[in-house]
Amino acid sequence: MATKQPHTLKPEDKIFPNLDGSGDWTIKGYQKRGGYKGLEKILKMKPAEIIDQLKASALRGRGGAGFPTGMKWSFMPPAGDKPNYLVVNADESEPGTCKDRDILLYDPHTLVEGIIVGCHTLGAKASYVYVRGEYVDEADHLQQAIDEAYKAGFLGKNIMGTKVDVDIHVHMGAGAYICGEETALLESLEGKKGQPRMRPPFPAGFGLYGCPTTINNVETVAQVPPILKKGVEWWTQFGRPNNHGTKIFSVSGAVNKPINIEAPMSISLKDLIEKHAGGVIGGWDNLLGVIPGGSSTPLLSAEQCENVLMDFDALREEGTGLGTAAVIVMNKDTDILRVMSRISRFYKHESCGQCTPCREGVGWVWRLMDRLSQGDGTKEELDQLFDVTKKIEGHTICAFADGAMWPVQGVLRHYRPLFEQRIKEHAAKKDIKVKSA
Amino acid sequence: MSNETKQQASYRGSHVQIVDDENTYVWPKKVQPEIKKLIAKYPKGREASAVIPLLKIAQNTFDGWLPTGLMNLVAETLSMPPVRVYEVASFYDMFYTKPVGKHIVRVCTNVSCMVRGCYKVLSEIEDELGMKAGTTSEDGLVTLEEFECLGACCEAPMMMIDDHYHTSLTGDKARELMKRIKDGDAPAEATK
Amino acid sequence: MTENNQVTLTINGKEVQAEKGTPIIEAARQNGIEIPHFCYHKRLSVPANCRMCLVEIKGAPKPTPSCYTPVMQDMEVHTDSPVAKKAQKGVMELLLINHPLDCPICDQGGMCDLQDMAVGYGSDRSHYQEEKRAVEDKNLGPLIRTVMTRCIHCTRCIRFATEVAGVPEMGATGRGENMKVGTYVEKALESELSGNMIDLCPVGALCSKPYSFTARPWELEHTDSIDTMDGLGSAVRVYHRGGKVMRIDPIENNEINEEWLSDAGRFSYDGLGRNRLTTPMLRKNGKLSECGWPQAFEAIKEAVAKAKPATTMGLAGEQLSAEDLFSFNAFMKQTLKTDNVDARHDGSTVTAGPRAKYVFGGGVQSVDKADLVLLVGSDPRLEAPVLNARIRKNVMNNGLKVLSVGAHSDLTYPVETAENTAQVIEQIAAGEHKFSKLLEKAERPMIIVGAKATLARKDAPQLFHKLHHIADAYGVVTKAWYGFNVLNVSSTRVAALDLEVYPEQKGKDTDGILTALKGGKVDLLVLYGEGNTHIPVADLEGAKTTIFIGTHKSAYAHLADIVLPSATYTEKSALWVNTEGRVQEGKKAVNPPMQAKEDWKIFRALSGELGKALPFDSQQQLRALMIKKAPVLEQVGELVTPTWEKFGVAGKVKNEAFELPIQQFYKTNAIMRASQVMDESQELAEARKAAQQTKKAS
Ligand SMILES: Cc1cc2nc3c(=O)[nH]c(=O)nc-3n(C[C@H](O)[C@H](O)[C@H](O)COP(=O)(O)O)c2cc1C
Ligand code: SF4
Ligand code: FES
Repeated sequence: MATKQPHTLKPEDKIFPNLDGSGDWTIKGYQKRGGYKGLEKILKMKPAEIIDQLKASALRGRGGAGFPTGMKWSFMPPAGDKPNYLVVNADESEPGTCKDRDILLYDPHTLVEGIIVGCHTLGAKASYVYVRGEYVDEADHLQQAIDEAYKAGFLGKNIMGTKVDVDIHVHMGAGAYICGEETALLESLEGKKGQPRMRPPFPAGFGLYGCPTTINNVETVAQVPPILKKGVEWWTQFGRPNNHGTKIFSVSGAVNKPINIEAPMSISLKDLIEKHAGGVIGGWDNLLGVIPGGSSTPLLSAEQCENVLMDFDALREEGTGLGTAAVIVMNKDTDILRVMSRISRFYKHESCGQCTPCREGVGWVWRLMDRLSQGDGTKEELDQLFDVTKKIEGHTICAFADGAMWPVQGVLRHYRPLFEQRIKEHAAKKDIKVKSA
Repeated sequence: MSNETKQQASYRGSHVQIVDDENTYVWPKKVQPEIKKLIAKYPKGREASAVIPLLKIAQNTFDGWLPTGLMNLVAETLSMPPVRVYEVASFYDMFYTKPVGKHIVRVCTNVSCMVRGCYKVLSEIEDELGMKAGTTSEDGLVTLEEFECLGACCEAPMMMIDDHYHTSLTGDKARELMKRIKDGDAPAEATK
Repeated sequence: MTENNQVTLTINGKEVQAEKGTPIIEAARQNGIEIPHFCYHKRLSVPANCRMCLVEIKGAPKPTPSCYTPVMQDMEVHTDSPVAKKAQKGVMELLLINHPLDCPICDQGGMCDLQDMAVGYGSDRSHYQEEKRAVEDKNLGPLIRTVMTRCIHCTRCIRFATEVAGVPEMGATGRGENMKVGTYVEKALESELSGNMIDLCPVGALCSKPYSFTARPWELEHTDSIDTMDGLGSAVRVYHRGGKVMRIDPIENNEINEEWLSDAGRFSYDGLGRNRLTTPMLRKNGKLSECGWPQAFEAIKEAVAKAKPATTMGLAGEQLSAEDLFSFNAFMKQTLKTDNVDARHDGSTVTAGPRAKYVFGGGVQSVDKADLVLLVGSDPRLEAPVLNARIRKNVMNNGLKVLSVGAHSDLTYPVETAENTAQVIEQIAAGEHKFSKLLEKAERPMIIVGAKATLARKDAPQLFHKLHHIADAYGVVTKAWYGFNVLNVSSTRVAALDLEVYPEQKGKDTDGILTALKGGKVDLLVLYGEGNTHIPVADLEGAKTTIFIGTHKSAYAHLADIVLPSATYTEKSALWVNTEGRVQEGKKAVNPPMQAKEDWKIFRALSGELGKALPFDSQQQLRALMIKKAPVLEQVGELVTPTWEKFGVAGKVKNEAFELPIQQFYKTNAIMRASQVMDESQELAEARKAAQQTKKAS
């Protein structure tokens, strides 16, 4: 375990100073906080220079997979016959995740400025922001911010005389988690069902409308301008190597003060919960387990929570992942098996349905979870459940099915005795019933 | 009856529909400019991209749901094969292909909300409305649904009434909001 | 193929070679290794969604779909390693959990991919104990029966309808485990190719409605033959039991039908058994009544004796084989000694001579290579649906441009249509039409001339003269490329012209015969087979004696005084000449019903009775004579590119529109007219048209 990281950011180091919604989210407020300052200079930089800086910063995607952004952007060919596109992923539907929502609501200009820089870097003249359908008010704020930016001359043709043209279109979804998967998102944006595409071809070569496309999470895009403005050194002072920067953590569940908080990467989970989220309800000792990065990431047991750091590599070492950094805290009042069964129901509901293992299997897993979490089943069925997850994992087009199976495998790993205890109790109850009948 | 005539009888006389919906719909004047603007967001020849926004307008402009004829209107507007529109409409949770109530109440029951007692809130709502989740009230006022994570986990438990979020719910607050719906004063903006 | 187009890899330890870009699944198949699969089909796009074909590739972190992944140099593929097997078994088990496992009552039983693969790749027992999903069925019309609970969501039918047929009416609605394949709304399918989805469906979810519950596959015998419902000559397999045709499916023939068949070819077989003429008949007291062959022959003898050759006439209709036509022609010309014979019942006056003017000389396959198609009076969707799918494939894959002069339905791809008058052809020839430029630019331009809408025109010679000019002027026919194609709807026409079944001296042609009939100048009329709908049957009345030789109790038979029952295409082995001019052999599947006889035997026997026996006693002898008359008929199976000679007559074409070649797709010949299934399809098509018109009007 690496050394402990600082747990707070100085106000001036925050990329999203208005994340709590206390200030003015309009362009006035944003500019007062320093927004759009230095944009012109960035737009005069060569794309290759920008990409080099991003590579040096080791910024990794905030949408869940943690792919290095500089590298991703370097895959884009220069604009040719076909236009290039930057598509922003604001589908945010991974249970526990609610950070992009607050960016859209309270600091939408950070995203707008990020898109302008992104388009310039990627040779794109147009960007689509895919906002989940339920975020009506959020999309509204974003649209207002875009309108303001047009008015102020930060969007449109020949921005500030730099010959950079950027248009931003807000495109809303209509309720489907899978549309957060980048190729499903593109399909949805093209007017189809959101069903992930086979890769290759990768979006950088064949994305939206068959054109070169880069897809990034809201937070990732918004973080680019500050990195360029304040410098790589500033950025890399936060977090451990390969995990640098600041990061929004969404802490929800059994804590006294659920919160979206921007903090340094590699902050310890305990600090995050205790110092930022008001602590576990009932005290740290009342902690049962934590989902560290949204519903797809396997649980951490209370024991693991003691020392773990919140970054990509540390969590991978613990057999789970940073995901979207959506920390869901469960204390001893939580029926953890029921919660995990509820998560399985979510995946059953959200499978797009094209791959056999996912379409048929995720429902099976949920039905088993539902029964077994109530003790209605046998110990052999616990093995069988694990077996079924292995028939699904790694056998599908997209990572959805993997994300659906990992939490189940995780709960079987850490809480099997609890299942067994329930099975025993259930059998005993049945016995009594049979006897009394 | 000989075997042959029996076989014929089995598909003779069987009712096959010719047109999928008796009703034909047209866009009311007032939404036409918006439709034009929406379609213009996408490159030429990529009009199908506007299918989700148009289905939304269709749903909101008419009866809150999408009968076949209405989906056909969207298909025609965007030069899409109707079945591609049916596919889209039936894929996304926010589209309804069966009639729904005037107001839609979506209560998030996913993890973060569950840990913070959403099922208790839901049962208060059910009690207040006198109906179960997954149904529409008899008077057609409300459709109540359990919904997947709505992305406001740090303000759990929460729900969505029509277009807006109502977060940090308590049983009382939820009841209050339901009362407003019943009184014809459904909230038109978010509450925290 | 050049060497560097090949890669070397190993599959299950065996070193194999394959062409670059080949999917692993095909490379394996070429080497005798079958990889289980459901969604993959070589003629459809590859969604890789069933996940059945997962294999292990050395170095890949996860099992890989072999249908989607191309072979690469030095790749090491394992299709039966523990990892691959485990993946395949796992997918199989998951596929089966919601499948009803109702094989004993399923039409697909015995030819089901799922059943076969479950035996090979399934485990013996499912662990699934939860409730199975049930799916409601929709009525999709008279051709396809659905049992959607059996659907395994491979999406082949959806891709076929969308990609090949171009009538996107199938879809997958809903999401996840609630995803349902179907039309969403209840409605009869509109595509003329819909039946192919039955073949593509790997399970018994889409079944043939007419075939339903009539037989089990293993009870059936089968015979390979040629479809005669249109001029394409698609390869078919005729399934039969106890002398009855139970089912017709296409077989693969890349040069013609790939592996598709039009609904007319697939579903009209109930017409083979309905309303058949089964015994000779004689008119007595104004009513046709059954008699024996001797009585019928006796009556014919009497009639012939009373008729002079000059007032003896004969018309041949549709669905006649080369042998049929040859023996009829010989019978009329040699036995009855009359030259008043015509097989061109549409009134066309085209004769043999350069074959180029009546065959699809470039061959169906050449459509794949064209970069521009000009349709002249042709509606390939109705004239030959399978050909239309081929044109569409080229449009979709390579952006083939299609131009049209003439009436046509929705061809399922973009078509630039000029004003519908033959004068446009003149303008194109003169280089004055916007199409002229496009033709000029094209590297491999193709003209498809609809035989029906052009050859019967009075100005056909002038029109064809112009078309010849266009072909020369725009490189439609060059040394390297043959793009002048005539599309015949009829399975008979090319053979009829090759064999000169028309007046060879000064005899009367169809028009002449009709005029003679009107004037009461016909003593003996021999109607052989049914014509198409050009001639109102009433116009055939008026001969002193009318003999009908045919298969069905239709209006033609009712015209006659003497009726002789002959054989349909499934009841004789015969040579058929398709629109390409390609000769193909159809094999006899069943016997003609009751007393009905094979056609050539009728003419041979009758000629003997009449004292002027035709010079053949066997089909072999007949064929030899026939080939002597038309040597091109010897080249069975081959595409013979016609020599490019002059045809047509210089002169003005008429300012007249080209008519829609087919009004009622499902009723284009005697068998289809007798078919109840086709009847119902036609009714639906018309009701749909009417509904669309009222909708448009409102
Ligand atoms: C099932 C599934 C759901 C996803 N949902 C989201 C999402 O809601 N938002 C998001 O930004 N990324 C989501 N992703 C990740 C995206 O596919 C993609 O990796 C990401 O948008 C890339 O952006 P980044 O590099 O900035 O992280 C999801 C991935 C999967 C497999
Ligand atoms: S894994 Fe599931 S969600 Fe992903 S493409 Fe396959 S069926 Fe769809
Ligand atoms: S055949 Fe390869 S995934 Fe279906």
